[in-house]
Amino acid sequence: MNARGAQLDSSGRLRHFLTLEGLKRQHLEEILDTAESLRNVAERRVKILPTLRGTTVVNLFFEPSTRTRTTFELAARRLSADVMNLDMRASSATKGETLLDTLHNIEAMQVDMFVVRHSVSGAAEFVAAHVAPHIAVLNAGDGRHAHPTQGMLDVFTIRRHKGHFPDLRVAIVGDILHSRVARSQIHALNILQTGEVRVVAPRTLLPTAVESLGVQVYHRLEEGLKDVDVVITLRLQRERMAGALLPSEQEYYRLYGLTEERLKLAAADAIVMHPGPINRGVEMDSRVADGERSVILEQVTNGIAVRMAIMTLTMGNRAAARRIEV
Amino acid sequence: MTRLLIRGGHLLDAANSVDSIGDLALADGKILAVGEIPEGFQADEVIEADGKLVIPGLIDLCARLREPGHEHKATIASETRAAAMAGITTLVVPPDTDPVVDETSVGNLIRRRAEAAGFARVLTLGALTQGLVGEQLAEMATLKDSGCVGVSNGGRPIADTRVLYQALAYAASQDLTVFLEPVEPWLDRGCAHDGPVAARLGLAGIPVAAETAGLARLLSLVEDIGARLHICRLSSARGVEMVRAAHQRGLPVTADVAIHYLHLCEMDLGRFDSACHVLPPLRGLRDRDGLRMAVADGTISAICSDHQPHDRDAKERPFAETAPGISGVDTLLGLTLKLTDEGVLELGEALARVTSGPAQVLALEQGRLVTGAPGDVCVVDPEAEWEVEEQTLRSQGKNTAFSGWGLKGLVAAVVVKGNVVKIT
Repeated sequence: MNARGAQLDSSGRLRHFLTLEGLKRQHLEEILDTAESLRNVAERRVKILPTLRGTTVVNLFFEPSTRTRTTFELAARRLSADVMNLDMRASSATKGETLLDTLHNIEAMQVDMFVVRHSVSGAAEFVAAHVAPHIAVLNAGDGRHAHPTQGMLDVFTIRRHKGHFPDLRVAIVGDILHSRVARSQIHALNILQTGEVRVVAPRTLLPTAVESLGVQVYHRLEEGLKDVDVVITLRLQRERMAGALLPSEQEYYRLYGLTEERLKLAAADAIVMHPGPINRGVEMDSRVADGERSVILEQVTNGIAVRMAIMTLTMGNRAAARRIEV
Repeated sequence: MTRLLIRGGHLLDAANSVDSIGDLALADGKILAVGEIPEGFQADEVIEADGKLVIPGLIDLCARLREPGHEHKATIASETRAAAMAGITTLVVPPDTDPVVDETSVGNLIRRRAEAAGFARVLTLGALTQGLVGEQLAEMATLKDSGCVGVSNGGRPIADTRVLYQALAYAASQDLTVFLEPVEPWLDRGCAHDGPVAARLGLAGIPVAAETAGLARLLSLVEDIGARLHICRLSSARGVEMVRAAHQRGLPVTADVAIHYLHLCEMDLGRFDSACHVLPPLRGLRDRDGLRMAVADGTISAICSDHQPHDRDAKERPFAETAPGISGVDTLLGLTLKLTDEGVLELGEALARVTSGPAQVLALEQGRLVTGAPGDVCVVDPEAEWEVEEQTLRSQGKNTAFSGWGLKGLVAAVVVKGNVVKIT
């Protein structure tokens, strides 16, 4: 990846937001602190800040998404940006135009920020390496690789409930192999020096060298949940059965489904999280999803503040960098 | 025919115990004398090789020239020229052109165009199965009679083991060497080694078992049939072990490795560097070291470039969507010499892996400095340094994974069929 595609500028500040890997604790804490102050805005009656007035944010979604796209859009609007939503599935991508051609055409429309979601790992970094230098790129999920804003909103949610990361045990349960969310969560938790990060899944849903990511591996949910402070369950895609990765949803639920009974193995005040959308009765019992330990809806709310923070910081750093050049 | 004298160079062909300072005379397209030049030899042309290495021209067991079918990536003329300038005098091309070499006309066309270009020699492998689809046998004997030197399925694994069995048996009965990549097709669905880097980048992994399972299948068949098998592009230390064991059992198998697997590993993917997208994937450091040991002890007798030139567009995409392959002819010699600098093997042995080693795989007369051998010679300044840069590669494919590397070894002159190759 060339210097243009790097997410940090020469002073170590964010100019894109592509992956959490390689970021420092200060970067994450700055985002979390900024999000904390912005969250208060969301609770005011007038929810708009002038921060990004006059800038244009383009949501470039090559893959379907409702929640992520909507929260990015809300975040941008609350910062007074103009927002353009481009559903790339329906347009040029299917007409044989290369990703590069598509990008150059859109950047010619005088835009300032791309929010990119793509089904291929590395797509966001590819975009960052090839767009005009004045454009900031935020990764809204690329293949199995990263979903860094989701990772940030998850640690934001954990921090609000649990505080000090080194004292925490966190279990991530489910399809780690195909999950960009899990990879970003693992990076975020490790950068914040979380006491213990566990992954719980059968071998077929774990990357071969998963322990190299800095996690403890459990194949049995009962063991993985023991004494944890946070349980994150991941969505299970139906197509995993066809790929011979799992026998059935029923067996998955029997072994890895989060029930009230199993949740008792975790710490008494453990919280339950899920990046959504939930398959009720597959990865989680409805009673847990809707129960008092669940912070799933709060994650969605927090997503807006966290994305506002990341937009504010990347655009602010660029403005600061320009001032220094002048 | 030119009578050529290469004077005062370091003649080196370890396989034939040639290792001395001396002269080399060529006449009638062949090597006339090595070391002692017959009295009265009148050269039409003299190359002064003082301080230079004089070695057999390199033989590259796998180079894709992209013609016919993909001339926007490269042509026979562009790639044979690039190869010759890099010291490679013989290129073996797999049959996966478009159309494929499953009928004589395609092989004839490739060889005729190479002849017309007049740079390096081009040898063609014929198709093992029709259309390389892996269902029906290709007309191997006819392909052989028309000039194909072996058969291969062009990197496309044959899923049906019975077809593979018959193909090997038929090829054996026609005295043809079969070139096959050891790949278990069902495990071969990914774009990176199934290790820590793939886990981190979220790339679909190809396990080492894709190679070892494929290799086990091939070796079992060879043990039954006795076919002459050349195993192409080993990528793992465990694969190497299996080939070593096969040699100990006396199976008629040879093996090669592409030069990039001896210098790179999965870590070189960095942040999705598509230049390092190759198949089989670059594996771990231990695999690289296992391959190096196998090259040193002769388990792997040939190093090839696995040359796959691409146009810019093919590599300018997100990693998994890019075309696999490295443009390799420009760097084959320099990277082979680098193995010597890094203490992997002696100079003579290193060069044997790109000359006499590959020659033996195909029982070619080239690749040696002996009287009567074909007049394919390369004169190299072994200490001259150069830096690999995409834009100065002679290949039309600029997709190198070694951009910025400093290499030693500049080709001073190349002789093919007794004639100095004039680069225009």
